[in-house]
Amino acid sequence: MKLTGAEIFVESLKREGVKTVFGLPGGVVLKIFDVLYGDKDLDFVLVRHEQAAIHMAEAYARATGKVGVALVTSGPGATNTVTGLVNANMDSCPIVVFTGQVSTNLLGNDAFQEADIVGISRSCTKHNFLVKDVTDLATTVKEAFYLAASGRPGPVLVDIPKDVSMASAEFHYPDKVYIRSYNPTYDGNKWQIKQAAEAMLRAERPILYVGGGVINANGSDELLALAELLNIPVTMTLMGLGAFPGTHPLSLGMLGMHGSHATNMAVHHCDLLIAVGSRFDDRVTGKISEFVPHAKIIHVDIDPASIRKNIHVDIPIVGDSKSVLHDLLEQARALLGGKRREGRTPWLAQIAQWQSERPLTYKADPKVIKPQFVIDMIYRRTRGEAIISSDVGQHQMWTAQFYKFIHPRTWLNSGGLGTMGYGFPAALGAQRAFPDKPVVCITGDGSFQMNLQELATAMAYDLPVKVAIINNGYHGMVRQWQQMFYQGRYSASRLEGGPDYVKLAEAYGAVGLRATEPHEVEEVLEEAFAVRKLVLMDFQVDPFENCYPMVPSGGAINQMIYEDPPAAGDGRSQPQHETKESNLPA
Amino acid sequence: MEHIISLLVENKFGVLSRVAGLFSARGYNVDSLSVGPTVDPSMSLITISTRGDDQVLEQITKQLNKLIDVIKVVDLTEKEYVERETALIKIHTRAEDRAEVFRIIEIFRARIVDSTPTTYTVEITGDAKKVEAFINQLRPLGIKELVRSGRIAIARDDAKAAAGDQKRRQTVVEAK
Repeated sequence: MKLTGAEIFVESLKREGVKTVFGLPGGVVLKIFDVLYGDKDLDFVLVRHEQAAIHMAEAYARATGKVGVALVTSGPGATNTVTGLVNANMDSCPIVVFTGQVSTNLLGNDAFQEADIVGISRSCTKHNFLVKDVTDLATTVKEAFYLAASGRPGPVLVDIPKDVSMASAEFHYPDKVYIRSYNPTYDGNKWQIKQAAEAMLRAERPILYVGGGVINANGSDELLALAELLNIPVTMTLMGLGAFPGTHPLSLGMLGMHGSHATNMAVHHCDLLIAVGSRFDDRVTGKISEFVPHAKIIHVDIDPASIRKNIHVDIPIVGDSKSVLHDLLEQARALLGGKRREGRTPWLAQIAQWQSERPLTYKADPKVIKPQFVIDMIYRRTRGEAIISSDVGQHQMWTAQFYKFIHPRTWLNSGGLGTMGYGFPAALGAQRAFPDKPVVCITGDGSFQMNLQELATAMAYDLPVKVAIINNGYHGMVRQWQQMFYQGRYSASRLEGGPDYVKLAEAYGAVGLRATEPHEVEEVLEEAFAVRKLVLMDFQVDPFENCYPMVPSGGAINQMIYEDPPAAGDGRSQPQHETKESNLPA
Repeated sequence: MEHIISLLVENKFGVLSRVAGLFSARGYNVDSLSVGPTVDPSMSLITISTRGDDQVLEQITKQLNKLIDVIKVVDLTEKEYVERETALIKIHTRAEDRAEVFRIIEIFRARIVDSTPTTYTVEITGDAKKVEAFINQLRPLGIKELVRSGRIAIARDDAKAAAGDQKRRQTVVEAK
C-alpha cells in the first residue's frame, strides 16, 4: 500500500519507538501536522519558540537515554533550531531534528521561508540529510536515528521538502541500516586495557576524571565498582555530574575553573589521571602546559578525535565508556585476585587534608539571601532525588558545587556551548518524559528571560516544574569578571526593567512566590513543593556574591582565587538590591 | 611539514562542502585540492595537500574520519607515492622571446596546446616542484594566465605499502 511522505514520516517515527515530539508547525510541514492531527500514539508538544523545542528534545534525551525528537518548519523555524543543534553537538546529545523545506523545484530560488538549513547546520550536526525523493524518506529516518544514538551521540538534522511529504511511495521500514563509512568502535583494545589496569594498580596517587561520556554510555555502575575496587577518588566534569554519586566518600565533585580546592589540588598532584568520557576542555585543564605535571594519562573515549586533541596521552583507549570500564574492572579483578587495592591511605589522607584546609563553603548572612543558600536548601529538600536543570552563569556553577547529584541523567545542563536560555525548556522536556518526578530549574534572571515564553507551554501541558530564579539583577558571571578583571566597570551587565516574576507567573496562571530575606527561603520552597503546578520562585539574592574558588582563565588549576580581594572597587558601596516598590508583593 | 591526504568519500552532494568546511572551521591549511570520480561510481576521491606538524595531521586525519561520508583517509606522505599536477599557462609571446619559450618548454618536456599571434598556451605535467620550477622560468617572460589542477597522488605499490604498514605497527609496539 502506498503512503504519502507525511504518513511515511509519522509511521517511521513510531517504528523508532518515538513517544514525544517537540515542535512548532508552519507552511511546508502542514501535510505532516495533518497526519499528526488526532494521532493517539504520538505526543506532540507545541512550543512557543523553536529553540526551546530543541532544548526540550535534548533534555528529554538526556533524562531518558532515548533519542529526542523535534519537528519544525522551514526558514525561520529551521534557523531557530541552530543554537540548540550547536548545544547538542557540543554536549554529545542524541537528537533528531526534522525541518520542513520548500518544494524541491523551488530549492535555491530564495523562495518564501527558504533557508539552506542543511548548509547552515553542516558544521553543527553530527550529520544531516536533505531528502529529495520520497522513496528515500524511511531509510533516511532510520539512518538519522542510528547516527544520533550510536558512537559519540549527537544531533542529526533531516530536511524534508514540502513535495516529498506530499508525494506517495510504498512504505518499507528497514530493520537495520548499514553505513559503510561509519563503524564506531565500542570495545577497547585488550592490550591497552591491560596496560591501563596495571597502571591503575601501580599508581600511588590516581584520579578518575569522568565526563558526560560515562552518562551517555550508561556506565555508572561499572564506574562505581571500579573506583571502589581500586580505591580511586573520582572527579567529574560539569557534564559528568551524576555519573558517580556525589555523596560517596570517593567523590571529589567537579574540577576545573570552579572546582573545589581539594579537587583541583588532587588533580594537580596525581600521578595517574584516568580520563573516561571527558575531553580535556579548557574550563577543566586551565593552562594546559601546567595541567597534571606529574601524571601519566589514560584516556578512554568513543571519539578517536578527542584523544590527543588537547593533551598528550600515554595510554589511549578508543571505546564506549561502559564497555571499557567493564573490561578494566574485569582485568583489575583478575590482577588483584579478588581483593581490593589497599594502601592508598596517604593519598586519601592528603586529599582529606586539602578538603579541611579549604572546604567548599559560603558565608551565610542573616539579612541577605546568599545564592548558595538557596541551592543548598533545594538540595536538602530533594536530596538528589529530583531532576535538576540549570542555565548558564554563576547559579550554574553554584548548583554544580552545592547540589550533590547521586544518579546519572538527573542533571540537565548546557556545558560546552554555555547556552543561556537552556534551563527552563530543558526542565519542561524532562518533566514531559517523567510527569511524576520532581523537576527543578535553577536559573538566573538573565538566563530565564531568554526563553520565558515557554511558561505558556508549561501551562498548556500542565508541566509542574519548579523554577528557582536566582535573581541578582545582573548577568552575574559577567559582572563577576568585570569586578575581578575590569576594575568594576559594569558595562551592560546590570539587568533593569523587571519583570515582576510573581505577577509574570500569575499572568500565565502559574504560582509566583518571592523571597527577599533568608528566613523566607524555606517557606517559599515549602509552598512551591506543596503544589502540583508550575511555580516561579523569585529569590532576590546578594547581587555581589561571587563564585569561588576560581581559576582565572588561562591559569593553572592549582592557582585558585578563593575570595574577593579586600576593597579594590568591588562595587559593594552601591545599594545591595534595587528592589522597586512596584516589584514587591502586595 | 607538507602532507598529501587521499580521501575516499561517498559520491553524494555536499560532501566536498563538509570536507572544506572542516578545514576552514578548524583553521587547517589547504594548499591544493582536487576531486574526481573513482572506478566505483558511488565513490569519489579527494586529494588534499596540507601542512602541519604531527599533532595537527593526527587531528586532521581523525576529524576527516569522523565525517560520516568519508570512507577512508590515507596520508600518502607516510608511504611511497607518485604525485602529479597539471598546469595550463598562457604566456605573452613577443617575437624576440619565442626562442626562449621554446627552449624552456623543451627542457621541461612541456607542450604547447594552443597558440594565437600574441600568446602560447602551454601544458605541463609533473610533480609540484617541477611545475613550480617551470612557472618560475616563464615568469620573466610574462605569464598572462595560469591554471593549476591541484596535486593528485597515488600510493606506489599495494604490497610495499602494506609491508610499510606492518613495519610501522611493529615499531609502535616496540616503542611501548
